[in-house]
Amino acid sequence: MSKPVVIRGGRVIDPRNRVDGVRDVRLEDGKVAAVSEKPLRLDGAEEIQAQGLWVTPGFIDLHVHLREPGEEGKETILTGTRAAVAGGFTAVAAMPNTRPVNDSALVTRLIRQRAAEADLARVYPVGAISKGLLGEEMAELGALRDAGCVAVTDDGRPVMSASLMRRVLLYAAPLGLPVMVHEEDLTLSAGGALTEGPRATRLGLLPIPRSAEVAMVARDLVLLEEVGGRLHVAHLSCAASVALVREAKRRGLHVTAEAAPHHFTLTDEAVEGWNTHAKMNPPLRHPEDVAAVRDGLADGTIDAVATDHAPHGIMEKQVPYAEAANGVVGLETALPLTLELVRAGVLGPVRAVELLTSGPAATFGLPGGHLAPGAPADVTLVDPGAEWTVEAARFQSKSRNTPFEGRKVTGRVVRTVVGGRTVWPLEERR
Amino acid sequence: MNPFSPRSLLTTEGMSRHDIELLFGRARLHGRGLRAGTPLRSLAGRVVANLFFENSTRTRLSFERAAKALGADVLNFNAATSSVSKGESLVDTVRNVEALGANIIVLRHPASGAAHLVAGQVRCSVVNAGDGTHAHPSQALLDAFTLHERWGSLEGKTVAIVGDVLHSRVARSNVYCLTALGARVVVAGPPTLVPVGLDALGARVVPSIDAALEEADAVMMLRVQLERQKESMFPTSAEYARAFGLTLGRARSLKPDAVVMHPGPVNRGVELAPEVADGPANVILEQVANGVAVRMAILEACG
Repeated sequence: MSKPVVIRGGRVIDPRNRVDGVRDVRLEDGKVAAVSEKPLRLDGAEEIQAQGLWVTPGFIDLHVHLREPGEEGKETILTGTRAAVAGGFTAVAAMPNTRPVNDSALVTRLIRQRAAEADLARVYPVGAISKGLLGEEMAELGALRDAGCVAVTDDGRPVMSASLMRRVLLYAAPLGLPVMVHEEDLTLSAGGALTEGPRATRLGLLPIPRSAEVAMVARDLVLLEEVGGRLHVAHLSCAASVALVREAKRRGLHVTAEAAPHHFTLTDEAVEGWNTHAKMNPPLRHPEDVAAVRDGLADGTIDAVATDHAPHGIMEKQVPYAEAANGVVGLETALPLTLELVRAGVLGPVRAVELLTSGPAATFGLPGGHLAPGAPADVTLVDPGAEWTVEAARFQSKSRNTPFEGRKVTGRVVRTVVGGRTVWPLEERR
Repeated sequence: MNPFSPRSLLTTEGMSRHDIELLFGRARLHGRGLRAGTPLRSLAGRVVANLFFENSTRTRLSFERAAKALGADVLNFNAATSSVSKGESLVDTVRNVEALGANIIVLRHPASGAAHLVAGQVRCSVVNAGDGTHAHPSQALLDAFTLHERWGSLEGKTVAIVGDVLHSRVARSNVYCLTALGARVVVAGPPTLVPVGLDALGARVVPSIDAALEEADAVMMLRVQLERQKESMFPTSAEYARAFGLTLGRARSLKPDAVVMHPGPVNRGVELAPEVADGPANVILEQVANGVAVRMAILEACG
């Protein structure tokens, strides 16, 4: 067990416990021991000066592709969790589209073991909905839950069968597993490469109509209303999808949603020049969609910022646009992009932190995400005014596929603490 | 000549009327030289590599004829018989072709943006001979040249583009080229094959082929890709011919001196009635002949 720590004089932003002010925080035995307006005595603890910094619960990312097992050339659990802690994330949910697919307790246990060996961020495996992500037979959801999966998804692929989706909502409900959905009607998106619109037409990229996402969100909300359960909509990207989720929440349906930084920051303009680093699924949308996603983040329709961190190598990206792999890395740029919304007046600082901490924790029922005494000692220290330029070559991630290369951003993670132990910067590790 | 600042032709988007008319002036000269049997051998000693990753007969032959007439050495590359089938990436392939000594790469590729990708990876010139559904600048330039030679100027003329615009790189490149020269472009086709946002490119979409033909001084009939019928983009070839084809009846309703164009190859009886394909109004073979002269001008400008 690491030495006790007192984080001194920072602005503690702990949305769940309605704290926003200068506090000292004591971490001991892997837990938060005290949060105090009055200076805490050291009592043999290590002191971390945090004047001028934000002290927040460790960030939690509900949507990360760590690529291990199977695609270790792109990322491993070690490099992916290094990228996580560099970005302030103390916990990540690992998507099941590995090779082999995480559709069994065996793979779940392997991921947890590798995460324990890496010993950086907490890794919460998310199991597959269907065996092999084929959308046909249900995976052993009970065994996945018992092995440590916190949710299930076929992410990267939609559940095209409405009947399977309905049964999964029913079956997963008593297991307490949220069903996370990548909403895309493949019959509508087939062959497409970019959101339908003038830019897709001009670039000669076959169009993906927004109905490919919106119709599936609508379908799954109808199923949820009929059979109950817990639905979590991944990477919401269209204005009409945001409106559907907002309305469903108003009617009391048990639905949550996340949005990715690229979808609330960029429009399809970023694809100009067939920039494969701006290719992801769902694709970048139009300004009105970006505005709607931002509104959804502000008004609570969207519960979490989730990066959909999807590492790919140059082989998958230095190819013509239509042939390029979908996905961008996101762990190391999520904080400053979220803070851009604060500077733009879309979010207050507390809401921004909530979307990175207690919002995602509540969505998947995870420990952490707040700093009350007894909570896990997962803490992120942020210098909110630090200006820097995104340079993919400096990423901890093994991959460099970011559409934000060269972007001047503000707000930097200066220290990440997991279980009371500093894990970022790396040289501070003990 | 600085070998490290090559000129490339990737798209007609953004080309000025001045650029286009300069090119036409050279094309006219090359046309005369070709007809007299004394072409200008302005690319003697240069190497032109035709890299075709997609089937093409007339475009490849046209570029080959143009390059040879200019005195260039020509390397022909066919993806089906190359190391591409052994898994080599596009970028690796073009770097190798450049290392062989190519000064100009003429690239045909099924993916939009492929020519831009290649141009960013090599030092030699790149001529886009068709990339996916994005652009086919040499075809657009030869189409416009054909009209320009007929009319003297495109100013104030109306060109109708009819058919599968969604999948047509020819249509996109023509919209830019024709409007740059002062023509108006109207577009019609099956609603499933007319993409959104064409007005942003400079074209006006009209609801029916008859509305488009009414005002046209020239009609470009796009080739129907018959595999689109399998995707149910339209019900049958017969219905396509009735609803969107240039039938004899429709051809008769055209302005008396209107011309009929087609980028080829023609599906007779689908987008063009056979009588129209052979009729007096069509300039299809003129397009093919002009293609060589225009491509000579393009290669020369890039060499």
